[in-house]
Amino acid sequence: MTLKSISTLGRRKFLKTAAASGALAAGIGAPAVHAQARTIKIGYVSPQTGPLAAFAEVDGYTVDGFLETVGGGVQSGSKNFNFEVVIKDSQSNPSRAAEVAKELIVDDEIDIMIVAHTPETTNPVSTICEIEEIPCISTLAPWQPWFIGRQGNPGDPGSWTSFDYTYHFFWGLEDLIAVFTNMWNQLETNKSVGGLFPNDADGNAWGDPNTGMPPALDAQGFSLTDPGRYQNLQDDFSAQINAFKENEVEIVTGVVLPPDFATFWTQARQQGFVPKAASIGKAILFPSAVNAIGDSAQNLSSEVWWSNHHPFSSSLTGDTAAEMCSGFESSTGRQWTQPLGFLHALFEIIADVAKRIDSVNDSEEVAAAIAATNLETIVGPVAWNGANLPPFAQKNVTKTLLVGGQWRKSDDGLFRLVIVDNTTYPDIPTAGEMQEIS
Amino acid sequence: MIWVDTIVQGIMLGGLYALFATGLSLIFGIMRLVNLAHGDFMVLGAFAVLVGVESLGLGIIASAILAGAFMFVLGYALQHLLLNRTLGKDLLPPLLVTFGLSIIIQNGLLEGFSADTQRLKAGGFEEVSVQFGAISVGAMPILTFCSAVVVILLLNWLFYRTETGRAFRATSDDPVTAQLMGIDNNRIFSLAMALAMVVVAIAGLYLGARATFDPLIGPSRLIFAFEAVIIGGLGSLWGTLAGGVVLGLAQAIGAQVNPEWQTLAGHIVFLAVLIVKPRGLFPRTAG
Repeated sequence: MTLKSISTLGRRKFLKTAAASGALAAGIGAPAVHAQARTIKIGYVSPQTGPLAAFAEVDGYTVDGFLETVGGGVQSGSKNFNFEVVIKDSQSNPSRAAEVAKELIVDDEIDIMIVAHTPETTNPVSTICEIEEIPCISTLAPWQPWFIGRQGNPGDPGSWTSFDYTYHFFWGLEDLIAVFTNMWNQLETNKSVGGLFPNDADGNAWGDPNTGMPPALDAQGFSLTDPGRYQNLQDDFSAQINAFKENEVEIVTGVVLPPDFATFWTQARQQGFVPKAASIGKAILFPSAVNAIGDSAQNLSSEVWWSNHHPFSSSLTGDTAAEMCSGFESSTGRQWTQPLGFLHALFEIIADVAKRIDSVNDSEEVAAAIAATNLETIVGPVAWNGANLPPFAQKNVTKTLLVGGQWRKSDDGLFRLVIVDNTTYPDIPTAGEMQEIS
Repeated sequence: MIWVDTIVQGIMLGGLYALFATGLSLIFGIMRLVNLAHGDFMVLGAFAVLVGVESLGLGIIASAILAGAFMFVLGYALQHLLLNRTLGKDLLPPLLVTFGLSIIIQNGLLEGFSADTQRLKAGGFEEVSVQFGAISVGAMPILTFCSAVVVILLLNWLFYRTETGRAFRATSDDPVTAQLMGIDNNRIFSLAMALAMVVVAIAGLYLGARATFDPLIGPSRLIFAFEAVIIGGLGSLWGTLAGGVVLGLAQAIGAQVNPEWQTLAGHIVFLAVLIVKPRGLFPRTAG
């Protein structure tokens, strides 16, 4: 954290002058600006190309929808704020994400940053914003990698510090484990679990013997077979399949890349290994990946962050989750994906923050307004009140709700997510019970 | 029993790697061109088959034949119009150009087909397996292995039994003398690339049918293809098959010890071969 304290010296002053000159520059381009009308420039870093591109699929629809909704601006006291969104592509690369975040701050002179789509995107951008003292709201990354991953020494909880300008809303590993075990407990199994954990940030976090799945599963009476960390993008999973067969595994879990899971799942079937449940992170997040697996994807299960059945509606448009999903499907001709709700919620929070600030030039005021958010969004309540979080993360993190679902083939031949477990949040209705894979 | 299974699965994996590597081996053997876009061409081949299946409504075999023809034309045009201009004493220009092609293909596919994960559906054949005692081996891996053998048999026939093959070998051995004998090197190179692209389309077919693929998956397969070529020995197609099998076995056995060793074991064997036999296991006799 020495880096931060050095860069704080003089940075505030510099930024304030920079922001003031930025306002002047903007004034030249837009001649007829009212004295009290001010455009809030939102910077948005998104992986539009590269391996994470599927996350960014909802960008265009969501941003256009937001700008349309707030076309007349947002009123805050006597002031009226308009919005402009500047999107930059991270190319799915953390270094590139940091670079474009800097460009947004220095060249585009944005007022607020938003960022989403995996720790590879959220972390570098949040870190840059913290250093540059630009308020930043992020989502779509479990809170542990976002919070702990940005600490100077992730291994020493005593050294962890909170952040002043960066705020995050999403769920955590503990919620995921609760959802998975709730789903498994619906089935009659021998409680033998097989883990597929790759040698990457997610795989190591899930498989961590102290803070990951092993101790949590152990506490709930499940036994875990963890053959070891494999390299991503493999063409052969026989070793894992043999290990699972040997330990009579009936439940498979893991955080796997889509092509790797397809390879594993196909090979498992070829070699006669069919578990009763397979709860997988990452690989089956997007309907396109599930449809690509084919018929054997029936009843694969995963955590559900948001769905068209969630009983929430947008504070911006009033649309329910179901209306938003069908709107997306009819406008793009593609199945809705879970990032849709969360990206929309990011914009909801921005609009809500704008209603509660006096000046967007004061980043401390904006950050304080973000921290004071108490909003019912399309993904549920968002308020940085520290509920259900360890003390160190209470300031910067708020948790969203997580339930469990299974992919099932609909009559039109497409796989759709069916919520099968709501133990963690009973207000979200289930549409069925957990079924065994056959 | 697990070890027998591991070895069988390793050999099957080797067949896949050999198929990935044959196209690479072919063009490196004939024109010393290192094609860094090889993996992306495989993905392009898979997408070509996908277009046949999903847009034209053809069966997977018919689509594959069509994709093969498409890749043949593409390969010829690519070599004739672009890559021939980069060939020369310096190895760097073709390397840079194919690197650029790799990026162009990836992003072109991303634009055209979105980031969606795709699969070539083989109507349930993916999950069929054949039982050998206690070991079950997938029909798809067996077919992959057999295809690799057939492809190499056909290429060898072409190389050693036809006039075109003689021209290929002559150009590969001594391009200057070959030219003196009335062989049009550029045409031979274009033909070789076209042929290699057909093999690449076959590799793409299996890449896309055995699991899922997306526009950006190509480069991850490139390194295994390279290793198979080097282990087997440059210029020898049977060597490439052997190289693929050695690599597949090393990975399967490594993974059985510990999945952390899967990729590493392959790399270690590759390095060991480079140290013990720098020219590979079955180098073609020096020309």
